[in-house]
Amino acid sequence: MTQSNATVLKSYEYISPTRRTVMGIIFLALALGIWALFSRTVTPEMQTTFSLYPGGSSVVVPDWVFPTQPMLNVLAFAGALLGAYQLARGFGRQTNTILGVVSALFIFGFLAWGASGSSLNLAGLLKVAVVRAVPLVLGAFSGILCERSGVFNIAIEGMMLTAAFCAALFGSLVNIWFGLFIAILTGGVMALALAVLAIKYKVDQIIAGTVINIFATGITSFLSAKFLQRYGDLNDSGRFGTWDVPVLSKIPFIGPVFFSHNLFIYAMFIFVILLTVALFYTQWGLRTRAVGEHPKAADTLGINVNRTRYISVVLGGMMAGFAGAYFVLGSVGRFDEVMTAGRGFVGLAAMIFGNWNPIGSLGAGMLFGFADSLASKLAILKVPIPNKFLEMGPYIITMIVLAGVVGRGQPPAAGGKPYEKE
Amino acid sequence: MEPVLDLRGITKRFPGVLANDHISIDLMQGEIHALLGENGAGKTTLMNILYGLYKPDEGDIFVKGQKLTIDTPNDAIKAGVGMVHQHFMLIPVFTVTENIMLGDEYLKPGGFLDRKKAAARIREISQQYNLQVEPDAYVKDLPVGIQQRVEIIKLLFRNADILILDEPTAVLTPQEVDELFNIMKKLVEQGKSIILITHKLREVMEFADRTTVIRGGKVIGTAKQSETNQFELAAMMVGRQIELNIDKKTAETKDVVLDVKNLKVLDTHHQVAVANVSFEVRAGEVLGIAGVQGNGQTELVRALTGLTHPVEGKIHLLERDITHAPVKQITELGTAHIPEDRQKDGLVMTYSIEDNLILNTWYKAPFTRNVILQRKVILDNAQQLVSNFDIRTPSALTATSHLSGGNQQKVIVAREFSRPIKLLVASQPTRGLDVGSIEYIHRRIIEKRDDGCAVLLVSTELDEIMQLSDRVAVMYRGQILAIVDPKTTSREEIGLLMAGVVPEAH
Repeated sequence: MTQSNATVLKSYEYISPTRRTVMGIIFLALALGIWALFSRTVTPEMQTTFSLYPGGSSVVVPDWVFPTQPMLNVLAFAGALLGAYQLARGFGRQTNTILGVVSALFIFGFLAWGASGSSLNLAGLLKVAVVRAVPLVLGAFSGILCERSGVFNIAIEGMMLTAAFCAALFGSLVNIWFGLFIAILTGGVMALALAVLAIKYKVDQIIAGTVINIFATGITSFLSAKFLQRYGDLNDSGRFGTWDVPVLSKIPFIGPVFFSHNLFIYAMFIFVILLTVALFYTQWGLRTRAVGEHPKAADTLGINVNRTRYISVVLGGMMAGFAGAYFVLGSVGRFDEVMTAGRGFVGLAAMIFGNWNPIGSLGAGMLFGFADSLASKLAILKVPIPNKFLEMGPYIITMIVLAGVVGRGQPPAAGGKPYEKE
Repeated sequence: MEPVLDLRGITKRFPGVLANDHISIDLMQGEIHALLGENGAGKTTLMNILYGLYKPDEGDIFVKGQKLTIDTPNDAIKAGVGMVHQHFMLIPVFTVTENIMLGDEYLKPGGFLDRKKAAARIREISQQYNLQVEPDAYVKDLPVGIQQRVEIIKLLFRNADILILDEPTAVLTPQEVDELFNIMKKLVEQGKSIILITHKLREVMEFADRTTVIRGGKVIGTAKQSETNQFELAAMMVGRQIELNIDKKTAETKDVVLDVKNLKVLDTHHQVAVANVSFEVRAGEVLGIAGVQGNGQTELVRALTGLTHPVEGKIHLLERDITHAPVKQITELGTAHIPEDRQKDGLVMTYSIEDNLILNTWYKAPFTRNVILQRKVILDNAQQLVSNFDIRTPSALTATSHLSGGNQQKVIVAREFSRPIKLLVASQPTRGLDVGSIEYIHRRIIEKRDDGCAVLLVSTELDEIMQLSDRVAVMYRGQILAIVDPKTTSREEIGLLMAGVVPEAH
C-alpha cells in the first residue's frame, strides 16, 4: 500500500529513442508512399483540378488547377525532410503534431493523385466531412461528460437511437423544436437510469450500458415497425433548415464549408468551446475531473462524489439525446430502424482518440467524418480501391491509436469504478 | 488550559470488531500529541471518526470547548480540523494549485477558477511555514516528500488549526523525515496543534510532547515524553516486553552464493538505473544495501530475481549463470524474494492464505498430483504454516486482503522460508509494519542467516540495515559507493555515503 504513490508518478510525456526512430521511419514511409504510389503512376502532363466551392453556394471561387506530378514530388520531398529531421534530431513533444502534418500531406497527395486528369470538389468533400462529423463529435462529448466524472457510458449509441425515435415522433406530432426538446429529455432520462444502476446499485458499467443498448434497439425497432412505418404522419418531423452565418459564410472556400449549415453543426462548434471552458476553467469542471480521477480525495475535501457523478452522467445523456436528434431533425427528417448505425461507438472512439479532451475529440471526429466523406466521393473518382476499405479507415486508425502508437492516452483514473465510502 | 480538541468515550463497532472502545484523548494548543499503536489498534478508525469519514456509535467530540457533530469531512474542515491521510489524497494529473484549491476554490465572477489568486495564497503559506512548493507543478512529477508538503498546505489553505498526520513517515526517506519534523515544529510554534499517528517509537521519543498508546481499540495510557522511555512505550503498545535490539552471533561466512559483476540495468523509462554494480553475498551473511529510495535498489532487486534483465554484466547464483534466466528457474535454484511492494508483487490479494502459500510451488508434489491440486495437502500445509509463522487470521481460507500488513508479510515470509533456499532477497521487508511484526521478521531473517542462507537485505531504514547487516553496501545514483563494516562505521558516515559524499582516501 505504501508503494501505491510511486506507481502513480509515471510521466506520460516521455518519448523513448525507439519511438522517435519508429516515427521517423513512418514519416519516411509515408513520403516514399507519395512518391512511389502516386507520383510515379501519373504522366507528367496530367493536371489535377480541385473545385473550391460546393454546389449551391453563392460565392464563386475559381477552380484550383495544378500539374499533378510536380505537386506530388513537392509533397513527397516535404514529408521526407520531416522524416529525416525526426530521425536525426526528433520533434520531441511535437512528434504527434508532425505525424498529423505528414498524414495530411499523404492524404492530400492521395486526393491529388485520385483526381489527376479529372476534377474533385474539395470544398464539397470537406463540407460533407463536417456534417458527417457531427454525431461522432457530439457522441464524444457525451462520453467526455460521463467519463470525466468516472462513469463509463457505452450506452451512447442506445441513447442516440431512442432520442432519434422520440425526435421523429414528437417532431411529427407537435413541431421540430418540441421534438428536439423531447429527444434531449429522453437522453437525460436514459442516462439517469444508467446512473442509478452504476452509482447507486454499483452494477458493472459496461454491462449496464450494454443492457441499455439492447433495450434501445429492441424498443425503437418494435415501436417503429408498429406505428411509425405504418402511419406516415407520425414519421414526418421535417428538419432544421440551413442558416448562413452573416458575413462569415461569404468568405471564399471557408464560408460554405463551415458557415452554411443547420443548427446541429453550429451547436457542435459552440459545445466544444463551452465544454472546454466548463471542464478546465470552472469550479464545476475541477470538481468533476477530481471525482473522475480520485473520488476519495474529492470526498475528503467535502465534495459529494455521487451527486457530482449523477449530474455529469445526466448531462452526458442529454448530449447524447441532442446527438440523436441530429439523425432525424438535422439530417433526413424521419426515423429508420437502427439508423444510428454504430455512430455512438465511433463517438467513443473519437473521445479516446481525442484523449478525453473536447478539442481533441472534435479533431478526431472531423478526421473520422472526413474518411466517411472521402469513401463516398471515391466512387466518383474511379480510384481502384474498393470504398469499403476506405470506410474501414476510421476504425483502423482507432485501433492503431488504442494500441498506443500515437502515445498513450490519459483516461480518467477512476473510470468505471463505483465509489465506496468503505 | 482548555484543550483545543477533546474526544470523550468514542466507540465504534464494525461487524465482529470493536474498533474503538470508549477512547478519550485531548489535545492542547501548540502540542504534538502522538497516537502510538500497532497496525489494527484502532488509530486510523478514531481519526476517520474525527474527520467525519465514519460515524461513531457513542461518544462526543469537543472542539475548542464546543460540542460538535461531525458527519462529513466538510463539518471537520469547518471546525478547523485537517487530516493528511497515510495514502495521499492528491490527484496526480492536477497541478499543486488545483489540488490545494479543490473543494475550496477561489473564483472570479461568473464561477471561473482564479488560479492566480490561489497560487499567490499558496506562496504566502509556503513562506510563512517554510514549505517550499511550486504551485504550477503537476503532482505526478513531484517526489513523495514534496507531495506531503502539498497535503499539509492543503490543510493550512483551509485555515485548519488541528492537524492530523496519519503515519506521515511511512513513505519518506530519512532526510525527508527530518525535514517533516522541522516543518511540524514550525507549525506548532505558530499556534497549530498536531496529532501524530505512528507506530515508530524513535519518532515519538524525538518529536512528540505527549503520547497516548492504543492497543486493541482501547487507550492503554497517556504519558509525557519526559516521564517515559522507549521500552515502556513499546511494552504498552505490544502488551509484553519486546527486544528492540536483535542479539546476533557473528556471521560464519562460507562459499559465495550470489556473485554480481558489472551489472547495468535500465528502468521502465529506459534510463540507466543500476550502473556497473559488483558485489558478492556469501552463505551465512547478511549484505545490507543502504540508500535513499530511488537510487537503483528496486531495479537491482528486479534484475536479481529475474523480473527484468540487465543490459550488461553477469549474475551468478551458486556458480550458475542466471543473468537471463526466467523467474521460475531462479526460484527453483533456491532464491527467495520478499518484494518491496507486498500487495502488488508478493501476494494475490483476493486469494486465500492457503493459495498464496503455494504460489511458487503449486505445480509440484505433494500440492499437485496428476494435474489436480491436492486441496487437503494444501490446507494442511497452510494450517501448519499459519501456526509456525504466527499468522493472525480467522482461518487459512481467509483472503489475504483481509489481513493486516504485518500478517500479509508473514504469509510471504512463510511461503518463502518453508522452501529449501540458498539466497534470500528481502526488499523493504518491514516497511509499514508495527513493532511486533518488525521484531518477528528480523528474527526470522537472522535465523535464516544462521542456517547458512545468503541474505541480501535492501532497506531505506538505516536502523534496520545497521541492526541486521554483516556488511553494508551503500547505493547512490545506481552505483555502489562503498561496502563497509557496520560495526566499525558510524551512522553518520553511512548517512554521508547515502547522500553521495565519498570520504577521501587517507
